[in-house]
This record gives sequence, C-alpha cells and structure tokens, in this order.
Amino acid sequence: MAKVLMKGNEAIGEAAVRAGCLNYFAYPITPQSEVAEYLAKRLPEVNGTFVQGESEVAVGYMIFGAAGCGERVMTTSSSPGISLMSEAISYIAGARCPAVFVNIMRGGPGLGGILPSQGDYFQATKGGGHGDYRVLVMAPDGVQEAVEMTMKAFPLAEKYRGPVMILGDGLIGQMMEPVAFPEDLTVAPSNKDDWATNGMDTRKSTEKNLVKSLFLDPKQLNDHNLTLKAGYQRMKEEEVMFERYNTDGDYKVLIVSYGTMSRVCKTAIDMMKQDGLEVGLVRPKTLFPFPEKAVFDAAVKESCQHVVSIEMSMGQMVEDVERSVKGRRDVGWYGQCGGDIPSPEEIISHIKSLLKS
Amino acid sequence: MGKTFSKPEALSDAHTHYCPGCTHGIIHRLVAEAIDELAIKGRTVGIAPVGCAVLAYNYFTCDFQEAAHGRAPAMATGIKRVRPDLVAFTYQGDGDLASIGMGEIVHAANRGEKFTTIFVNNAIYGMTGGQMAPTTMPGQRASTAPFGRDTAQTGMPMRMCELLSTLATPGYVTRQAVLKPKFINKAKKAIKKAFEYQIENRCYSFVEVVSTCPTNWGMTPQNALKWAEETLLPYYPLGEFKTPEA
Repeated sequence: MAKVLMKGNEAIGEAAVRAGCLNYFAYPITPQSEVAEYLAKRLPEVNGTFVQGESEVAVGYMIFGAAGCGERVMTTSSSPGISLMSEAISYIAGARCPAVFVNIMRGGPGLGGILPSQGDYFQATKGGGHGDYRVLVMAPDGVQEAVEMTMKAFPLAEKYRGPVMILGDGLIGQMMEPVAFPEDLTVAPSNKDDWATNGMDTRKSTEKNLVKSLFLDPKQLNDHNLTLKAGYQRMKEEEVMFERYNTDGDYKVLIVSYGTMSRVCKTAIDMMKQDGLEVGLVRPKTLFPFPEKAVFDAAVKESCQHVVSIEMSMGQMVEDVERSVKGRRDVGWYGQCGGDIPSPEEIISHIKSLLKS
Repeated sequence: MGKTFSKPEALSDAHTHYCPGCTHGIIHRLVAEAIDELAIKGRTVGIAPVGCAVLAYNYFTCDFQEAAHGRAPAMATGIKRVRPDLVAFTYQGDGDLASIGMGEIVHAANRGEKFTTIFVNNAIYGMTGGQMAPTTMPGQRASTAPFGRDTAQTGMPMRMCELLSTLATPGYVTRQAVLKPKFINKAKKAIKKAFEYQIENRCYSFVEVVSTCPTNWGMTPQNALKWAEETLLPYYPLGEFKTPEA
C-alpha cells in the first residue's frame, strides 16, 4: 500500500470518499476548512455532492435530511460550529439516522482561539445537545489513524443507526504525515429499506417510512430511549478501542491521554525510561465508549501509585478516569488549553513532582 | 352513478388533530390531490415542521421526515441533493418559516433548491397557543401581544412572498388562500404547478397559503374566514410574485 504525504484535514476528506461517502455538507471554520476545500474539488470527480451551507445550524439539518434518505453523509467542523450542530445531532440520534461528524477542536469557550485544544471532550462524550443520547466518539492520534477512523465511522454509524464523531484537534487537522488508505476498510453500505425515507418506489413498498424523533406517548418515548440505551450498551461491549504503552513492566505512574497529547506523553515516557523512571500509558481511541476496564486494570497494578489524565483542557477526561479507577488510586490532572501543547519536559516535571509529594 | 368525490390516495384514514374550522385540512387535501394527479407518491418525501402540522406525517401516505423548528428547508436540501430523483416538499407555518427558520428558507430559495414549500400563513403561532408571529397584523391580539401587536416595538408583519421574490435566482413564488371555494381552486392549481416545476427540475417553488386559526384568533370559523379576507388579504395580496419564465 503506497503512502502519500497529506495534511490531516485533506486526508479525512479523501478517507470519506474512499469509504464510499459521496455526500458532504459543511460551513467553513478554522482550523478545518481544508476538508471542505479538498472535497469541493474531489467530489465532482466521483459524481458526489458538495454543498456549502449557510450556517452550521443548516448544515446539521442537511446532514439529517440526507442521512434520513439512507445515504452516507459527512460534515466537518470545529468547536463553535459543533455547538451549533449539536441540536441536529440530538435530532439525528433521536431519529436513529447514521451520519458522521468530524470535530477538529480549537480552544474555547466562546470564540476561544484557533489553536489546537481538547476542550470539547464533555460536549462530544456527554451530550452537547439535549436529551438522552450518546455519540460513538473516536479520537485519532495522527493523520493515519484519522483516515482509518473516518473510514470505520460509516459502517459503525450504520451498525448503530446514529451519529458517529471523529474528535481530532487542530494539530491533527493541520499537520502533514505520510498516510496510506487501507482498502479493507471500504465496507459496502447496509440496506436501509426498513426505515429510510428513500421513496416507496425505490424499495418497492407500499408502506411509508417515517424519520422522526417525536414520541408524544410517554410509554413510546421511554421505550424508544430504552432502544437507544441498548445500542449504547452494545457499543460499550463491542467497540471499545485503546492502546497500552509501556505497561508490561512495573511503573509508578499511569498516564491516560488521547489524541495529539498522547504522542507528547509517549515521548516523555521514552525520555523518563532512559533516566530509569517507568511510566505507563493508556490511550483511549474511543472516548465513548470509554475504555473503563483497561484504565482500571492498568491503574490497580501494584507498582502504580498515581494516575494522571493529561489533556489539552482544564480537566474533562479526568472525570472518566476517576470513574474508571473507582477510588483505588490517586487520580489527578495535568494540562494546558490555550493552544500551546504541553512539552515532554513539562510533563516529566509534573510526573516527578507527583512522586516527590 | 359512479363515485364523484373521494379521498386522495396520498391522504391516510387518520383523524386529524386539527381544531374545528382549521384550514390545514383543506391544504393537506390540495397537496395530496396534486401528489395523486402527478402520480409521485412513491417518490415523494414530505418534511413536517414544528407547529400545528408537526403530525402531518400521520395524515399523508408518502415517506416523511420530521424537522426541528424552522429547519425543514435545510432537510429538504439534504434530501434533494443526495436523491434528486425524489420529490420533496416542506409544509411550514409562519412561526416555523418566517421566524426561527428565516435563514434556512431564504438560503434554500436563493440556492434554487429543487423542492417545494407549502407555507401556511395564519398570522399566529398555533400549536404553542396563540403567540405573536412575524406575520401577526398590527394591532392583532396574541397571547404575547395582549394589547395588540405594537409595530413600534415589533416592526411590521413580514411578507414572505415579497421578500423571496427579490432574490435574483429564478423561482416560483405565489400567494394563495383557502378562504372560499374560488380561492381554493386557484390554490390547488398553484400547488400542482409548484410540484411540476420541481419535477421538471426547473426551480425552487414556494406557495404561501393564507389560512385561518379560529381557536387562537378567538373567532368562529366563519368569522375567521371573514376576518382573514378583510384584514389579511389587503396586506397579503394574492397572486404570482415570480415565475421561472420571468
């Protein structure tokens, strides 16, 4: 498989095309506008659909309408834009339509900044929009994984009939890395005739299909939410993805970190190893479902004294880490979220301060 | 003697939840008749709004999507862009289309999206209980304008046909009414024409239908029809505002 040098944002666009998603709706926002610029050129080559919507609000519902017809569809945005799309994500989850959202995070709250951040962890994993729904969230640590996760996102969205999110940060969107497009990740779309509003003639049926999230009857709404919950439970059983790094031997500190931040943590771990200090890492690749058991197992290793969640946020994932560790170890947080990424030296300094205390 | 009047196939047997005297039923029927006559039920997707017609999907027998408040034109855009062979229509009230959904309707019309909008204008929010709409008339009382609409505070009523017909993009924009049989017959022709423009892939088509809300206006159905003709029609004149030929 030949590798090409690509910018993360462009690679995500190409990955969608390779995955068979020929429908893309978006609104420009830094630091991910290159996805739209790439697909504006690329999609006409494959007879696809490219629409620049008038706002992220409208784009969210263009995605809903297209997904409701059973077609593969994607949008990409960045933090403030995802806030605006969150209403539609709630509706799409409620109406059980498969759709892929990519959030290339920038700093917040409000207009924040345009540099990389991981400040949307809560928004992505705990809701964002209203109501009882969850989104399957995958967090790549580089361009190659962004490609693979984007390609996996479409069949996963169809499997669970709901929104799937790729949660990257501005660095992953902007940096260039060699990347390969795995052919075995191209999965044919599933048959959606039993629910999609693809036209009765299309599916040779005399029964109409409804795509809706309104259930006025309390029992029906409760049952509907139980159906959604069963899907989220199945995600927890079947879709958890994570990576362990330097966890085979004894370590005194366990880091939990994801995305760009985890790569800096790995560098810090390698540097500390040369100095004889062993530190382990669990890197969640899915943020929902969260790798609770992997984090717990790694945290309760006898040698482990401290667990630290290192994030480009003021401490969001740390709440899931605490939840997973169940009080068995001291859990702390370290990070920055102004747009600068903590350096290996800063991480090492924090780890050493933990061991002194 | 054969059957001379029957229910359109595009309408279901469900009893509607609409209030006595409401004109939504007439408008549903006109849309259904157009769908039947054009034989497009099997490739039509309706988009229901938020408001009184939120349950329209129960009354039509074609595929339907249920939108968020004001977002039906964005959903129709999504549908038509990925499946141009389908026929899509949005069915929206004045709060949905002219207030919260103003951005979506203007941009969909300006892009020349190939779908049809049925815009039911009864100058008030119905489902939420009679609040002031962008189309509420000056001095007209509403639950959020208990002393009558004060135009010094709220501006003048929005005229959607006039607004949309200023767009340079070709389109079909017409205002009709269902206040008496003569108007209903004309409205039927306009709705059918709107679908025809879509099927021919010609342009975006928009049919405003001046309608009544006896419940929230606090009138009998007959007085509501009279009030609408005397008060709404002078401000909301009927006719074609724009055709793709012009």
